[in-house]
Amino acid sequence: MTTKQLESPLYESLQAQFEIVSLQDQHEATKAYRAQAMETFRALGFPSIKNEEWRFANVLPLVKTTYEVSADKNAQISEDALAQAKALIAAHKEDILPKLKGEEKGAYRLVTINGVFSKELSFLPDNAGITISTIGEAVDHPGYQEYFGKIVTLENNAFASLNSAMFTDGLFIELKANTVLDMPIHIIKVKLASGNALFQPRNLFIVRKNAQMDVIETYISDADNEAAILINGVSEIALEENAHFFHYDIQKGCKNIRKIQRNEAVQQKHSNYSNYTFTFPGSSFTRNNLTIHLNDEAIESHLYGLYLTAGEQLVDNHTEVHHKKPNGESNQLYKGIIMDKSKAVFNGKIYVYEDAQKTNAFQQSNNVLFGEQAMVHAKPQLEIFADDVKCSHGTTIGQLNKEAIFYLKSRGIGEEQAKQLMVKAFAFDVAEKIKIPALRSYVEEMITEEMKGH
Amino acid sequence: MLSIKNLHARVEDKEILKGLNLEVKAGEVHAIMGPNGAGKSSLASVLAGRENYEVTEGSVTLDGKDILEMAPEERAREGVFLAFQYPIEIPGVSNINFLKTALNEIRTHRGLDPMTAKEFLQKSKEKQALVEFDAKLVNRSLNEGFSGGEKKRNEIFQLAMLEPKLAILDETDSGLDIDALRIVSRGVNKLRSENNAFILITHYQRLLDYIVPDYVHVLSDGKIVKTGGKELALELEEKGYDWLK
Repeated sequence: MTTKQLESPLYESLQAQFEIVSLQDQHEATKAYRAQAMETFRALGFPSIKNEEWRFANVLPLVKTTYEVSADKNAQISEDALAQAKALIAAHKEDILPKLKGEEKGAYRLVTINGVFSKELSFLPDNAGITISTIGEAVDHPGYQEYFGKIVTLENNAFASLNSAMFTDGLFIELKANTVLDMPIHIIKVKLASGNALFQPRNLFIVRKNAQMDVIETYISDADNEAAILINGVSEIALEENAHFFHYDIQKGCKNIRKIQRNEAVQQKHSNYSNYTFTFPGSSFTRNNLTIHLNDEAIESHLYGLYLTAGEQLVDNHTEVHHKKPNGESNQLYKGIIMDKSKAVFNGKIYVYEDAQKTNAFQQSNNVLFGEQAMVHAKPQLEIFADDVKCSHGTTIGQLNKEAIFYLKSRGIGEEQAKQLMVKAFAFDVAEKIKIPALRSYVEEMITEEMKGH
Repeated sequence: MLSIKNLHARVEDKEILKGLNLEVKAGEVHAIMGPNGAGKSSLASVLAGRENYEVTEGSVTLDGKDILEMAPEERAREGVFLAFQYPIEIPGVSNINFLKTALNEIRTHRGLDPMTAKEFLQKSKEKQALVEFDAKLVNRSLNEGFSGGEKKRNEIFQLAMLEPKLAILDETDSGLDIDALRIVSRGVNKLRSENNAFILITHYQRLLDYIVPDYVHVLSDGKIVKTGGKELALELEEKGYDWLK
């Protein structure tokens, strides 16, 4: 092992678990893929902070923990778990769904409990144009054969490799050509664990030609739970010609959750992928890797990020946008409010390949430090090999404008409320990009809520 | 209403106000004129409670209450209003939400119920008409992209909405063309009443043609060196300030 890798007991136990997972997998192609991914993971090991990509996100505390690995891909939901999940979802619905205008009017609901799809708790679209199943059930589906494992980059991605080798659950959603879903699908992922647990969900979203859908992902766990839950998730996303996919990931977990998520998308001509990754106080460790491949001409990609961090939380967003063909447009807007002793990282890469003339690629990262000990690392990286492109990036790190706060106070508005107004205003241009009004108001209320007392 | 006694204030080590006295009664309009650097805007800042000003001596009371001990928002709730020389742009904060929040904070402080949306809109419409403020601007982000004149007019609109006891207009006339000046002045004249008072800080006599003051004070080197009626402004326009030193 080199010094860029960490040694951990978890590494050892995973090796052993892998054999079990592999034996259980009856699908030859997937099995071969797992083996190859495991090879890659073995070679990479867990990254240390000497690895540039992980410089500010120390995973040592995460991999020092031992987790129960859910190796059983045929796991069932127990009666107890179902009851507990029901209660948590009820509270979660109270929290978020009324704002989606009454649950079965504003959004479809797709519930998984510890990765296991619960039909009972879900409310799914009655539309022949959509296929929803577990990833395990999808192996014979043409969409699976076409895209599974072909989107995510394993090279230099230890966690994605580990997920690819050992995933046991996840969702497969395919929207057929010309299907436009009338309401968003809200995916609620319930995580319950009595002991430390590692979950490695693997999703595949396929949006075929001229199809359009909105997906909202949230996850919930039991707030009283002390057990450490590590989620190492990968989602592969394919957008075919003229497909539109609005993908919302609202991250507000409990403290015991540690999350490493990789979303990787491939896009075809005239498609539009818009990703909204909004992270709120809660989860102690969050690493989001978002990679987009603009594989054809005239593609639009939007990456909107908001992170409001508190306590001793770490939130790290890494983005990669690959412009490979002409006339593509990408737009990244990330805004952070960093409170208490929390730490945020933004690392945004834009690659413009030689063929990708007339590319428009923009990137903006603005951060407000809201505590004496709050910290942010922001790093834009642009590599441009075409000569006729428009690319820009801007990074700011600052504090709230004192003169503006004084202005608000001079009109009778108290200090705390003045700051809240300012923070909302700061987040406004990202929040306004949310296309679902109820979700937008939920996000805005959450900002107010989480700002209280700061 | 407002009583300033022997006020001394400084910014860092620089003493700016050096024993200023001023009495303002309800129903009165006072103009404060003076050369650059005399401390006019500093007086406005000290009264509104701007952070970097330190009061070293003296007292300021509003209807008998010591305001120097109060935070800026408390002063505002007690009825002090400062129209800024340079109003701040705050993108993302809507003008109307901001005003509603401010108004309800002030009402709560006075023991009144918060206004309903309907009442608020009604009031907002009345005051817009009164001070001739464009409805389109009301719904925009606070001062964002407003012209200099629009910003100043927004200050007067806020003044009309919040109905303070004491309004301090810090060079509200500077940068205004003659039409904007007329509109701003008309607004202020309509808002004058027996129950409120105005302090106009200005460089130019011009403003006082439109808003006629009861008293004109000359501030020089941190003190009021001369007080007179509205005719004093004309004399200053003619002679400058040097003869007063």
